Amino acid sequence: MKRFAQLLELLALTPSRTRKLTALTQYFREVPDPDRGYALAVLTGALTFRNVKPALLKETVLREVDETLFAMSYDYVGDLGETIALIWPHHGDKGGLPRQEDLPGKGDLPGLTELIGLFNTTSKSELPKLIAGLLTQAEINERWALVKLATGALRIGVSARLAKTALAEMSGVPVQEIEEVWHGLKAPYLDLFAWLDGKAGRPDIDQSARFHPLMLSNPIDEEKDLGKLDPKDFSAEWKWDGIRVQLVLGGGTVSLFSRTGDDIAAAFPDVVENVHGRAVLDGELLVGKDFAPGTFNDLQQRLNKKVASAKHLRESPAFIRVYDMLFDGREDVRALGWTARRARLEAWFAANPQTRLDLSEVLPFTDWDDLGRQRRQGADEHGHEGVMIKLRTSPYVPGRPKGFWFKWKRDPNVVDAVLMYAQRGHGKRSSFYSDYTFGVWKGNEIVPIGKAYFGFTDEELKLLDKWIRANTLASFGPVREVKKELVFEVAFDSAQESTRHKSGVALRFPRISRIRWDKPASEAATLDDMAVFVGAT
Amino acid sequence: MAPQILDRNLHVRAIDAYIDPSVPRERAIITHGHADHARSGHGAVLATPDTIAIMKVRYGEDCAGRFEPLDFGVPLQIDDVTITFFPAGHILGSAQVLVEQAGQRVVITGDYKRLHDRTAQPYELVECDLLVTEATFGLPVFQHPHPRDEIARLLKSVADQPERSHLVGCYALGKSQRVIALLRDAGWDQPIYLHGAMLRLCALYEELGVTLGDLRPALDVPKAQLAGQIVIAPPSAIRDRWSRRFPDPVTCQASGWMSVKQRARQALVELPLVISDHCDWGELQQTIRETKAETVWVTHGREDALVYWCRSQGLQAEPLNIQGFEDDGGEGAEE
Repeated sequence: MKRFAQLLELLALTPSRTRKLTALTQYFREVPDPDRGYALAVLTGALTFRNVKPALLKETVLREVDETLFAMSYDYVGDLGETIALIWPHHGDKGGLPRQEDLPGKGDLPGLTELIGLFNTTSKSELPKLIAGLLTQAEINERWALVKLATGALRIGVSARLAKTALAEMSGVPVQEIEEVWHGLKAPYLDLFAWLDGKAGRPDIDQSARFHPLMLSNPIDEEKDLGKLDPKDFSAEWKWDGIRVQLVLGGGTVSLFSRTGDDIAAAFPDVVENVHGRAVLDGELLVGKDFAPGTFNDLQQRLNKKVASAKHLRESPAFIRVYDMLFDGREDVRALGWTARRARLEAWFAANPQTRLDLSEVLPFTDWDDLGRQRRQGADEHGHEGVMIKLRTSPYVPGRPKGFWFKWKRDPNVVDAVLMYAQRGHGKRSSFYSDYTFGVWKGNEIVPIGKAYFGFTDEELKLLDKWIRANTLASFGPVREVKKELVFEVAFDSAQESTRHKSGVALRFPRISRIRWDKPASEAATLDDMAVFVGAT
Repeated sequence: MAPQILDRNLHVRAIDAYIDPSVPRERAIITHGHADHARSGHGAVLATPDTIAIMKVRYGEDCAGRFEPLDFGVPLQIDDVTITFFPAGHILGSAQVLVEQAGQRVVITGDYKRLHDRTAQPYELVECDLLVTEATFGLPVFQHPHPRDEIARLLKSVADQPERSHLVGCYALGKSQRVIALLRDAGWDQPIYLHGAMLRLCALYEELGVTLGDLRPALDVPKAQLAGQIVIAPPSAIRDRWSRRFPDPVTCQASGWMSVKQRARQALVELPLVISDHCDWGELQQTIRETKAETVWVTHGREDALVYWCRSQGLQAEPLNIQGFEDDGGEGAEE
């Protein structure tokens, strides 16, 4: 555990990507199985515990620490795991440890593998005692790592991609090949490491019946990109406002994955029980009757439920608008160009009639101006998010390759709103007031219409933080109510009616585009001004 | 009653003197030389001789109309009020102020720490009726490790990475000299290199009898010569262009705030050293108990938490919310 704690600390505090990579590579090279495999699982977020959860840790700590003082501390530190690690009041007292006879070594924490074993096998009622014992036994940095391990929220600036890049550096196997097999593997990745060490072949996985990493798009820069791209080389489609999914039709088995590879089939039985054929398809999950997409809000209702209710199935049936194909039957077609894949997809649809899948239509256009016009019209009349532009010759490449797929989003709506409340941020922005609630005028009062995180430079964040501290009217725990004087220009994709907000309006994807230090609050928008946006979708 | 001796602006009524005032006053009592407590422009300044020496070096010989030095432990009688200074252990010359009147005792701690530090006169406990304390680290998450262990981590990092220089961010007054002294006591006998802002104050400490060993200006030293060396600089300089003259520097910072890793990350500190010149949570509690004070006023810092705790112990307590003393350990504040 010491070694793993040192690695985590170094990763958290070293700003240099190169140094992080070196540390990871060294760790994977030197630490034996299965510890290194479990470390990899922790770093890539692949490890979860059934019973060890942030709430359990908090509960364990609150048996020892006053709740109010804990809340004040959490507010100050801004990271639950770090608060727990720092506030734990018992140190180095080796007495009263549960299962102490099982713990290897004297005084030292168990190794990573043993710890994970303990987390998985200890009964729910015994866990608080185990965790309390471990927290007491740990050195401060180990305690920090231990809590990170137990809560699963690392926040150390290491992506799964970086960890896999380190594996690639260690072994010389290209990172794409590692990505290819990744989703078929499980911690502690003995077969993966055996392959990377050259001691065994590539892990054997049924390629056509599992999740494959998605191909993602880049936002288009109208000024820089469009002039350089020949419209004849590209195909266009609407950008759908649902969630990206991968449907794996394995012939008898059906899996539905979110873009990150989580299986969400249980929430959408209306789709998975009514699809036919064998393929791996890429598309947008939407809700609505007769293939007419409803609002994102309708979809959200269903996403929030682990299991769909009868009412939802009746009123908001789900379907998938398919736009690409990764496997045709058992055949991997990802190396083909988009045009060839599209032809395969259309042929597949003809051979496998569907009631819950349809094809995303291809938009004919003559040049970029023409497509731009359609994009605006689609946004204004149908609330489309924008258009997708895809290079006709592009293969299907996982990740976000440059130059293949572009998203050309609708221009955002903007509104001038007044800052009402500020809350301290978490993680990288902890202890700064970086989370804002803002509102518009309703008669003589300001009513909230949304909430957004900080989207400024560090310099602006500091100024804003200072303004908030100097203009606080009241504090409610971590939240400060401020004088209704500062105007934000808020950009958002669309507005919806909402019963949850006092204003009756909720914004979708709000972000603060500018601080209007110059603008008096009296000139901010009114609720009436918002009506036009609500009607637009 | 004790509160009649002192009001909530730290104004000693009977003698019309303010303690650490943030605006120029006719009579000021200064606890220690940090800029948020010692300001220039007062009429008369009552302080320890070391604090007066520090003020003169920082602000000039004539930064106050008149200086009245008062040694530790020597009572000064003014009318029916007695003022006595006791060491606060925070930095060289730092004092707690005991004000006695009509049998009532009020102690204003200024900034203080309980742990031994050979660059400051060691803290002395003073029993009182009203304790006016700081709460810079007044949350239970602050449990300072022993500075010896922190210095050992620094020296290990230096030994492990001999090709890099270690840049240690320290406030110019107090923290720098303490870190240098800790390094010396841990056996580091190489020259220690200093940012220009440190030179005068280190020289003053030496003059006042605190030995710091071989100190050299970092300016104009060839880059290669600084590999494997330790450089002390103000926190602002270690992230500035100034730091680019050093070979692949490891950015370190010595401060009580460094126990919070997210803070260290925000400050781009690669090697945080938790070395504080203030009490941690346990020491604040210990002090409040040991002074036997029945009333506690909290000047600045995490005052809500400390006040909450005092009340839970059956003490009368309130926050003073004094503006101008450190807020949240921001860049400009001194510890």
